Parts: sequence; structure tokens; C-alpha cells
Amino acid sequence: MSAKWAYALAILISVTIVIFYVLDPTKTTSVVSFSLRYAVPLILAAMVGIMCERSGVINIGIEGQMLMSAFAGFFGAALTGSLLLGTMIGVGTGMIMGAMLATGAVTWKMDQIIAGTIINILAAGLTSFFYAQGFTLPGITPTLRIPVLADIPLIGPVFFDNGLFTYAAIVSALLLWVLLFKTVWGLRTRSVGEKPSASDTSGIGVQKMRFWNVTIAGGLAGLAGAYLALEAAGTFERGLTAGRGFTALAIMIFGAWNPIGALAAAIFFGLTQGVASQLQTDAVVDIPPQFVNMLPYILTIVLLAIVSGRIKPPAAVGRPYEKD
Amino acid sequence: MSTIDPAQTDLGITDPDPRRSGPLDRVPAIVIPVVSVLLAFAIGGILIWLQGVNPLFAYQVLFRDALGSVDGLERTMEKSTPLILTGLAVVVGLRAGLFNIGAQGQLLMGAIGAAWAGYNFTLPPLVHLPFCLIFGILCGAAWGSIAGALRAYRSVSEVITTIMLNSIAIALVDYLASRPLKEPDQPLSRTPLIAESAALPYIGPIPSGFILALVVAVFFGWLLVRTTQGFRFNTVGMNPGAARYAGISVKGTILLAMAVSGGLAGLGGAVETLGITGRFEPAFNIGLGFDGITIALLARANPLATIPAALLVGTLRAGSSSLQFQTGIEPEVVSVILALTLLFVSAPIVGKLLFRNRSIKQTTVTKGWGA
Repeated sequence: MSAKWAYALAILISVTIVIFYVLDPTKTTSVVSFSLRYAVPLILAAMVGIMCERSGVINIGIEGQMLMSAFAGFFGAALTGSLLLGTMIGVGTGMIMGAMLATGAVTWKMDQIIAGTIINILAAGLTSFFYAQGFTLPGITPTLRIPVLADIPLIGPVFFDNGLFTYAAIVSALLLWVLLFKTVWGLRTRSVGEKPSASDTSGIGVQKMRFWNVTIAGGLAGLAGAYLALEAAGTFERGLTAGRGFTALAIMIFGAWNPIGALAAAIFFGLTQGVASQLQTDAVVDIPPQFVNMLPYILTIVLLAIVSGRIKPPAAVGRPYEKD
Repeated sequence: MSTIDPAQTDLGITDPDPRRSGPLDRVPAIVIPVVSVLLAFAIGGILIWLQGVNPLFAYQVLFRDALGSVDGLERTMEKSTPLILTGLAVVVGLRAGLFNIGAQGQLLMGAIGAAWAGYNFTLPPLVHLPFCLIFGILCGAAWGSIAGALRAYRSVSEVITTIMLNSIAIALVDYLASRPLKEPDQPLSRTPLIAESAALPYIGPIPSGFILALVVAVFFGWLLVRTTQGFRFNTVGMNPGAARYAGISVKGTILLAMAVSGGLAGLGGAVETLGITGRFEPAFNIGLGFDGITIALLARANPLATIPAALLVGTLRAGSSSLQFQTGIEPEVVSVILALTLLFVSAPIVGKLLFRNRSIKQTTVTKGWGA
């Protein structure tokens, strides 16, 4: 989507939300809050995709990385009795999974999509096999209400009265934008993803850069998984991630591989889901629940069909780097 | 798709490079999958041992149950049938340079399509059964074509669309089986039983669907290797630029490949409905599409090799329930073994361990996001 259309759409949506807020403040606030919470794992997972693809590596294994981290985070928290330790175990697991993808896709120069698919299948198998019932979390994740800001109507309760994961997601998107576009690391990362041979000539270690970026990005996937298990669901179930890792890749594309764009796209996704489930609850229209569940996937396909060809991925994405 | 680097589109399934056709280079084609499977069994054995069960006993239970009796063999053939077909579906895609992760969704569409055609019509048996099979194929092909058309005409990566279409198919068949196609006066979400004239018969203990799957695999072994159409698929998969230069319609071939791939998965679903389950129930058939990916990569995209690969997976799946019953080991250990097999067969681990040979070809399918 060209930037002009994206801005127009963003303004249109904002105006609509304000109108609904005037009509029914409570319900509108709850729908928008729901949307942001729904968007949290999508934002984090989209950042994983952006970090990897900006470095030239396709990460189709985000789904599996999240699933393993959610599993490790949940059982870590349940067994240690600490949500903080659980989260750290989740992030660590994500980084291990990131290093796995990096080993396959970067070091061994495997087909990147096959390497990611293996991670997904392995994660589904391992988490199903080791899954056990009867564990509960030691508590609920704390929320943080930011004084003054949280008193702003609509924006306050939506953005400034949240669980810690929500802030982490928003901050990670803003931070990644700054890092990618305003720092030396970002310039190098982008060069490795666009023209690795030129980066190599100018003395940047292409393989090393890719390996570490993919590994660190795995930590963000771990955070997304920990959010799903420790805050969103409060438990671990088989297949907990429900395709969010793949939806995140589409969000990355709508956001044009830009963290801020992806942040907006993820919230847009959340809004469609929030509005659909509210319509269903209010019984305004009789939508079978299956169609509500389908919505994010259909939206992904339709938007991909619209934007494809207009947004260019990083030039070297998907190609293992071979020295000439 | 204007500038394609030939090195990027190497499927790793072509004849070996003549420059290195020593005896050792021809060995890995079969050795690597076999060693991968053994290695995966070894690690699976450690997992079983960690749960306090003797792994040799567990594997003995698993294989005796799947292969040691007529009943077991029958169940193994039943389990292998849709796997041969979904494996072939992924193979056809790989040949044309497409990674069809959507065999699962295409199979579900074929399964529910065949169920509807099976209970909704009263036809003579000789007409009804082929009609249901073809209808299932068409449902799967239509579902695959969505991803094919988006890839061919809008350059949208089939990897993402087929994954999304899987989720949509799961929700859609759930809706269909719980509302419009639901068996009336009955609490479960499922379609009515198919008519007797639509059922796939058993020939002695052998399910006729199994024979059908073998015939289809042999047919594709011939089609992909010996015919012009197979040549078109392979050329588009290996080098779309050269294909266009040779006058092959790249877009048309991509669309056709996804339709054929979806049709094969749809047939897998139809055979499952008409031969085994007799109706469609949403909980059936889950996971068959993903096993198809493992089978296709284990078979190194060779259509005939999908038969032994699917038999192996089918054997494990058939024996896993007995494993749980007799030893308490979760049947998901089979999923772990299969995932490890996939890892070893696709990653250059085994090649490095055995041959210290860096020149073993890697399976390369994709070219980034619709590049």
C-alpha cells in the first residue's frame, strides 16, 4: 500500500473510532483495548520477521519458535513458581530456536523455507509429546497504569493501562525502527539484506550479522510466546499459537518491512477481530463463529493480493550468501 | 520473476552433476534418508527411555501392532493411503518450484466434497463412486487453485496463502459440518453417512483406495519424468526464465501445478471419506497434510519414492495407538520421530557425519517472496 493510502485509511479508522466513542464510550474502549491485546503477539512476531528479512533471511518458523517458547515459558513459570523466570525461560527458548534457524538457514545455507518448516513441525511434535495437564501458573501477570496519561479519554485506558507485555511490544516496534533506520547496526543489517556482496566488500561479516540477527529475533518470538501462555491464555494448550506466526509475516509485508508500518497493520488486524467479535456478542448480525475465526486469514490473503508487487521485499531475502 | 538466478532454483532432485558421478555420489540418494530415519528412531528411543520404558520393547510393540497381523497390515494400508496422495501433492508442487503447505486444507475440502456427493445423490455404484472421487478431486483442486492463481497472477507467495487457506478450510468445513451439511436430528457435527454405492470396497483385506493410491503414484512417476507436461513442470521449477524462453507458459504451469497438487490432496481426502470414515467429521483427517511435507522431502521429490516414505509414516501412525495402550507412551512420539527425520533428511547433518562431503546437493525449493 502506498503511504498516502495508508495514512488515509488510518485517519478514516481513527475518526470512526472517535464517533463510536462519542456514541458508546464503554463499549468502544473495550473493543479497542481488545484489539490492542489481540495485536500484541502479532506485533512482536512481525518484529521477528522484519529483523530476519531485513538481514536477508526468511523466517517461516516464527510460529514454531513462539509455540516452543510458550510451552517452555508456561512450564517454566509453573515449575519455578515465578512468572518473571517463566518469561525469561520463554525468551531464552526463543533465542535457542532462533539459533537453530540461523544454523540451518545461514551457516548450512539450507533452503530457508524448508528450515523454517522443520522448526514448525518439530515444535508441534515436541510440545505435543511433552504436554502435560494439571499445571497452573503461580499468579497473573501484573499490569502497569501510567499515571496522568491513563486519564486521557479512550487513548488512556487503551494504551496506558496494560500488562507489561503490551508495553514491551509497542516499545520493541519503536525501538526496532530507531535501530534499523538511525544506527550503524541498522544500516549494516539492511545492507546485508539488500546487497550482501557489497557489505562483504566493505568489511561487514555477512554470515555473522545474519546469524546473530536471526538468533536475537528469536528472543522476540520467545516474548510473544510467553505473552500467549502467561498473559493471554493463562495456560498452555497444544497448538496455542493458532497460526499467529504466519499472520505476522503478512503483517510484516503490509507494513512494508517497516516496524512502525507493521505496528499499525497489527493493530488494524486486531480491530477487525475486535469489531467482528463485538458484532457477534451483540447479535447484531448472525455470523457463525467459524466465519469470525476465518476473518484474519481471509483478510491476510486479500490484503496480500492487493499490496503484492507494490511493496518490494529486501532484495537478497531468501538467498543464502555465497562468496564469489 | 524477471531475473532468476539458476543456482537459486536448484531443486536438488535432478540427475547428479556429471562432473562428480563417482560411486560415492550415487550412494547418498538412498543412504541419507535411511540413516536419517535410523537416527530419528535412536533419538526417539532416548525420549521413550526417559519416560521409563525400554525403547526396544516400545518399537517392537509399535511395529508388531502395525505389521504383525492382517488387521494391523490393513490399518497400516488405510493410514498410508491418504499419505501417499498428500505426499504426491507436495511432490508435484516441489517439481514446479512451489512449496504447497496447504495439502491439509485441500484434503479437507476433498473429504467434505466427497462426503456431500456421497450422501446427496442416489446413483448406480459404477457411476456414483467415480463421481464422488472426481468431485473430491475437484474440490481439492479448486482450493489449491486459489493459491496457484494468486502466485501466478499476483506474485503472492504460495507459502503464506496455502497456510492461510488451511486455517480457512478448517473453519469452513467445521461450519459446513455443523450447519448446512449436518446430519439432521443428531447432536454431533458431522455429515450423514454416504450411500453404499459410493463406498470404496475392500478387496479381501486390501482397501481398494490403497491400490488406487499406488496406481496414482506410478502414474505420476511416469507423468513427471517421461511426458512433456512433466518436463514443463520441472523446467518452470528449475528455471522459469528458460521455461519462458522455451515458450512454456510459466503462469499457466504454476496454476496447473497447484490445481493438480490440490487435486491429489483432495483425492486423499475423498479416499479417506469413501473408504474409511464413511462420512465427514471435522476431527478426522487432521495432520495428514503436514505428514505429506515430511514424506515428499523424505522421498526427495521423487513420486515413486513417496510410496515407501508414506508406508513408513503410515506404519508409525498405525502402531502409535497401541504403543500408548501397552506402554503409556504418548502417540505424539511418532510426530517427534517424523520431525527429526525431516530435520536429518533436509539438513546436511547426515551427509557431513557420514561423508564429510560438502558437495551433496541441498533441496532448494523457494526463491524468496514471489521474486
